[in-house]
Amino acid sequence: MNAATPFAPTASRAPVFISLVTNDISRGIVEAIVADNPEATVTEYPAMVKIDAPGRLVIKRATVEEQLGRQWDVQELHLNLISLSGNIDETDEEFSLQWGARA
Amino acid sequence: MQVDIKTTDIHPVRQTFSQVARRIGEGKAASRYQEATLDMQPTTNWHYRPLWEPERHVFDPRRTNIVMADWYAFKDPRHYYYGVYTMARAKQQEGADKQFEFAEKRNLFGGLDDAARDALVTALIPLRHYEWGSNMNNTYCCAYGYGTAVTQACNYAAMDRLGIAQYLSRIGLLLDGNQGSALEAGKQAWLNDPAWQGVRRVLENLFVTKDWFELFVAQNLVFDGLLYPLMFRHYVDAASPRTGNALAMLTEFMNDWYAETTRWVDATVRTAADESPENRARLAGWVSAWRDEVQRALAPLATLALGEQGPAVLAAVRDEFDTRIARLGIKS
Repeated sequence: MNAATPFAPTASRAPVFISLVTNDISRGIVEAIVADNPEATVTEYPAMVKIDAPGRLVIKRATVEEQLGRQWDVQELHLNLISLSGNIDETDEEFSLQWGARA
Repeated sequence: MQVDIKTTDIHPVRQTFSQVARRIGEGKAASRYQEATLDMQPTTNWHYRPLWEPERHVFDPRRTNIVMADWYAFKDPRHYYYGVYTMARAKQQEGADKQFEFAEKRNLFGGLDDAARDALVTALIPLRHYEWGSNMNNTYCCAYGYGTAVTQACNYAAMDRLGIAQYLSRIGLLLDGNQGSALEAGKQAWLNDPAWQGVRRVLENLFVTKDWFELFVAQNLVFDGLLYPLMFRHYVDAASPRTGNALAMLTEFMNDWYAETTRWVDATVRTAADESPENRARLAGWVSAWRDEVQRALAPLATLALGEQGPAVLAAVRDEFDTRIARLGIKS
């Protein structure tokens, strides 16, 4: 699924992560992340869920909307966001994390 | 003294109800929609058969010719359960109320000439009776349907139809200055105007359609699928400029609602069709039978509402509908 998004040839494989508050909405977001990022690993902590991925992690609006059953603005992510690492690329359609230059 | 702060991770023994866990897997958190939907309807331990149909159970999957291995395969893409549904509609109601208030305060229908007013009364106001009929039909699907996944959404749809009928009544009351004469004239048009008799006949035939899934398809997919674009999109677009676009504003809810409900109707029909070739063939048969009948019924109404443009607009609406059916994977 990530194949659709172009990578720079030297795309970094350095790990990125995002952590979210555990609640009803972020459960849907996590499901969407797992669906869109086959390499992502989910770790649950008390009241927090952390998702690690090597290289790149993407959250797509369409997938989250499907999980939540309603319209979802990518910026709503910040309501449940605890922390993240990686350079952020945010559009109306998706929110992605990756280190270094991108295509 | 040294204080070590440690966190203890306490895992709940159960994440959700056992009937939900059996479906989604042990140890997974369930969404509210899943908890309020999956296996909510009783399936066993009946003491008595219903007096009104002693050969069946109170909840019985045999009331339709559609066969499903699992009736909870249906999913409402809107994830509506009671809480979310009422909150979503309350929010929309607030918006619509504001628009009606505005139309009343600024007397937006005040500048209408008598001909335009009469046209609205005969072409739009009778739809409140159509909406009431659709309320009956969706309530029937809820009462005789099987599995909460379908029946709860049918009940929400039924309530929505009453809401839409009320909005149409309020438009009527705006037109006649709260006299109620527009509503009475609309009822007479529904009962006697030749242009409405086709729609009324099909709707009344739906009242005696026994198979609830056929009724679901005929009402929510076919009838609405042709009537809503015709009346609430094309007719409103055509009539709106004469009302200073007040009509478009006051029927916004209907258009929003139709777009939203289409997602649910399509998902439901697609799930039934994907279950088996027999289901698909049955759905195709229902769609093609009702589609032609509804189109014939709508022809005089299209002419009443849109004049000379009527037939061409109806043909365009039918084309759009056929594309939608093809997308659902139903050959008809």
